[in-house]
Amino acid sequence: MGKHLVVDPITRIEGHLRIEAILDENNVIVDAYSSSTMWRGIEIIMKGRDPRDVPLLAMRICGVCTGTHYYTSTQTVEHALGVVPPKNARLVRNLIQGSLYIHDHTVHFYHLHALDWVDVVSALKADPKKAAAEAKKWANMLTDPITGETIQPWNAGEGAYRAVQERLKKFVKAGRLGPFANAYWGNKSYKLTPEQNLVAVSHYLDALDMQREMAKLMAIFGGKNPHPQSLVVGGVTCVQDIKNPTRLGQFGDILRKSREFIYRAYLPDLLMAGAVYADEALKGIGRGLGNYMAYGDFRMDDNPWYKGKLLFPQGVVLNMDLSTVYDVDQSKITEDVTHSWYEYDVNQPLHPFEGQTKPKYTGFKEDGTLNTKGKYSWIKSPIYDDHRVEVGPLARMIVGYARGDERIKHYVDWLLKSGNLPVKVLFSTVGRTAGRAIETALMVDVMQEWLTELSKNVAAGDLSTWTEYDFDRLTKGKELKGYGLTEAPRGALGHWIRIKDGKVENYQAVVPSTWNGAPRDYKNRMGAYEASLIGTPMSNPDQPLEILRTIHSFDPCIACAVHVIDAKGKELGVYKVEPIGGFCNV
Amino acid sequence: MNITDREHLRALFTKPTNYINTNRGDAYYRELYKKMEKRLTELRAQKPVREAEMKFEEYLKVWELTRRDFLKWVSATTAMLMLPPQFEPLVAQAAEVMNRIPIIWINIQDCAGNTEALLRSYSPTVDELILEYLSVEYHEVIMAAAGDQAEQNLEKAVKDFDGKYLLFVEGSIPVGMPEAFTIGRHPKTGVEHVKHLAEHAVAVIAVGSCAAFGGVPAAHPNPTGAVGVMDVVKGKPVINIPACPANPANITGVVIHYILTGEIPELDSLLRPKFAFGYRIHDNCERRAHFDAGEFVEEWGDFGAKNNFCLYKMGCKGPFTFNNCSIVRYNEGTNWPIGVGRGCIGCSEPNFWDVYATERPIADSPIQPPAGRGVESTVDQFGLGVLTATAVGIGIHAVASALAGKKDKEENKEEV
Ligand code: SF4
Ligand code: SF4
Repeated sequence: MGKHLVVDPITRIEGHLRIEAILDENNVIVDAYSSSTMWRGIEIIMKGRDPRDVPLLAMRICGVCTGTHYYTSTQTVEHALGVVPPKNARLVRNLIQGSLYIHDHTVHFYHLHALDWVDVVSALKADPKKAAAEAKKWANMLTDPITGETIQPWNAGEGAYRAVQERLKKFVKAGRLGPFANAYWGNKSYKLTPEQNLVAVSHYLDALDMQREMAKLMAIFGGKNPHPQSLVVGGVTCVQDIKNPTRLGQFGDILRKSREFIYRAYLPDLLMAGAVYADEALKGIGRGLGNYMAYGDFRMDDNPWYKGKLLFPQGVVLNMDLSTVYDVDQSKITEDVTHSWYEYDVNQPLHPFEGQTKPKYTGFKEDGTLNTKGKYSWIKSPIYDDHRVEVGPLARMIVGYARGDERIKHYVDWLLKSGNLPVKVLFSTVGRTAGRAIETALMVDVMQEWLTELSKNVAAGDLSTWTEYDFDRLTKGKELKGYGLTEAPRGALGHWIRIKDGKVENYQAVVPSTWNGAPRDYKNRMGAYEASLIGTPMSNPDQPLEILRTIHSFDPCIACAVHVIDAKGKELGVYKVEPIGGFCNV
Repeated sequence: MNITDREHLRALFTKPTNYINTNRGDAYYRELYKKMEKRLTELRAQKPVREAEMKFEEYLKVWELTRRDFLKWVSATTAMLMLPPQFEPLVAQAAEVMNRIPIIWINIQDCAGNTEALLRSYSPTVDELILEYLSVEYHEVIMAAAGDQAEQNLEKAVKDFDGKYLLFVEGSIPVGMPEAFTIGRHPKTGVEHVKHLAEHAVAVIAVGSCAAFGGVPAAHPNPTGAVGVMDVVKGKPVINIPACPANPANITGVVIHYILTGEIPELDSLLRPKFAFGYRIHDNCERRAHFDAGEFVEEWGDFGAKNNFCLYKMGCKGPFTFNNCSIVRYNEGTNWPIGVGRGCIGCSEPNFWDVYATERPIADSPIQPPAGRGVESTVDQFGLGVLTATAVGIGIHAVASALAGKKDKEENKEEV
């Protein structure tokens, strides 16, 4: 046996994550463990509160995919109460969520993920003139999927690259690399040329400015970013903003600017990295489970409760077999705690409605490593119909593709064809990163459609933003159940609520990073992070670059993965539900 | 005191809080100016954190920022710090010697919301630039290094800048259940981590409501026994910059103030800088005229909502919340919660999840203030009696105005 690696903290993520990996004598990863080392107990905190107050609190599960939990939680309560928000609210929510996607994916690609592919120090050696040509080459491989025009590179004059290089040189000369200090520069698994590195570093800096603009999109209808504040059970509150043409105009302007950056910097950079690292992708490095699940999200019409058309379709694809897509049935979701720092009264995985949680911390082994035979993470292990599955942008693209969804197929094929790559590359670390980029392009385009729909609807005189309901009458003396199934930027997100006599009786969230970052389950099957590391060769075991690359491709978001319910851990009885309007089929 | 007395209520709600004395007389400011000059001279004599550090001018150039942008920022910051305009040259100089101050930023029980907010700072990007100029030695969310290399960066910074760095903490600390947070190859708990780093810091800045007061994890029933930094760190100055998330403008404000004076800014009883938390949201709210006129949103999306009426009856806690968002706003002034028609949830106050963050006025909300820290202690100069009267009083004002609304207009005007 080779080395036992410990990487703690995994940086450039939200929350706290520890990875341990076992290498063989050739420095290939043969075993891996993923552990979350922070817990807050937010679901316990939900208990006893007024359901209408829960969404703002649920949002604080995460400060990065901020707003997604807010939206999901609001929808969960609406589902339990049987309240359907009006058209304007649907569109505003789509726009807020869409803003989050393009912002989050851009920040992820450049600020959280790029340094796994891009050697900043190597950019110092680049020839700025060649760098400009390089940027042009990759941009020109793309044609705009809407206008059909050839894409021009972002900010790509020779002078611009020279300036960036000067900037970098000064940093290095000043002896301060800031966030770039003591990283893995020079590691053999960095494969981009100095010119390609310079292009990427230059866009890294531009993206810092760009993301500031993108965040404003959320603030326009959400009040602020992070942690917006305009969603309420039954609708949204920003009626002043949707009837203000200046605000709609500002939204449109920033959206256009964002699109420019996404199409002219993000996508060409992705193609560039994808081509250079294509052999790894074709070998399936970082593939992992090969099972993908999406709940589907972004309502395209006003049909209530999982009956309308969705931008991202729901479904499950198993063993990378694109010929069959299974429908998602939320009743088949369970959570297991065999290897998590919790215990159950019963010896089997539980559905979120019946979920229990009693923290049972057993700590580390004496040598400070994870006790992998026993419990080793604050994340539970979710299971779908006896399968461990991966969720996320790649899962959404794969499910959409396998379903033959026209829009998704169009965007996936468009990018793959531009890079001359087969669909197969998607099943890898590179593919996960590509899936996110494809989705970003698609999202920024569909947002323009929603904005148009919203302005048209408002111009036609519809200013309704909230559906009236009588909370006391709906809840008094009653027991209600509801769930919200959405797609966070990081993947399938589910919240489940039980309301008793107007108060939260039980609240559960099974979030994307719970699916992906989970430890082993009772059958000793791995979670997605763990599985994706197996078979990865490491060029230098003291520099965990390849581990970061694959783990970051999931965009981990650990604070939100760690959750708990029912502090007392008592077995919860089965509730009789009075379905309202017949939506509640749990 | 008769709280139903209209005149009395009117006086109560139209009075500015005015806790910051912005005109303390020439002698005071002369003295302060001299003190700051001296401090800046001292700092200038010190070496930058890194040898061969870039000059600020050069730095601005590298980041493609003009002197004009910078001066705009200087005057805004001077005003925010509630200093008279003649202090502007000092504020500019403070920014220029920032590279004497190293920073370590750590995350405990957090959601990274404050880091995200920091990434969005602007005006125009000067805040961010200045924080960058400040030599951020360790920050998990942005740094390239991980694992052992990250830990090495941290140890090195502690050693190199012992007794000199500012420690920023984001997230609460689980003292009731220390195992709810561990970090590092040889796992340390959050309590150990913070104590160790605070011991070698010059001052500790708690960013966001979790770090300041426990925030989300400390909400009832506080499963992990989460507390704020000030409950863990002893023997070091602690500054709280609460809110969920903290406004980045207030983060830079605190740092500039520290550079200018070598001292922490004037704080309220909750260790919040008064320059940012000296006023209530209500004092500077754009909907205030409607409050005074007794015009309220009564239901989401109603006539009042379409016309920007006051949100008090929809649960706005602006009258109880000390913060400057009504002035600074968010995302380059793009908007703010009351702007989008949702009330303030009091996120810069202790225990706001249990006290304020409801969709109903405070009088109708199930309030469960944990023992010893009631609503009243959040407000420096508000006695219990007055505050209770405030809560009840505003409630009455709201009800009375609704009744009044049913009478004819003339009478309404006279009454409220
Ligand atoms: S104060 Fe709010 S934004 Fe900050 S870490 Fe806590 S929950 Fe997140
Ligand atoms: S909206 Fe809130 S802060 Fe503004 S005037 Fe009304 S009660 Fe005061």
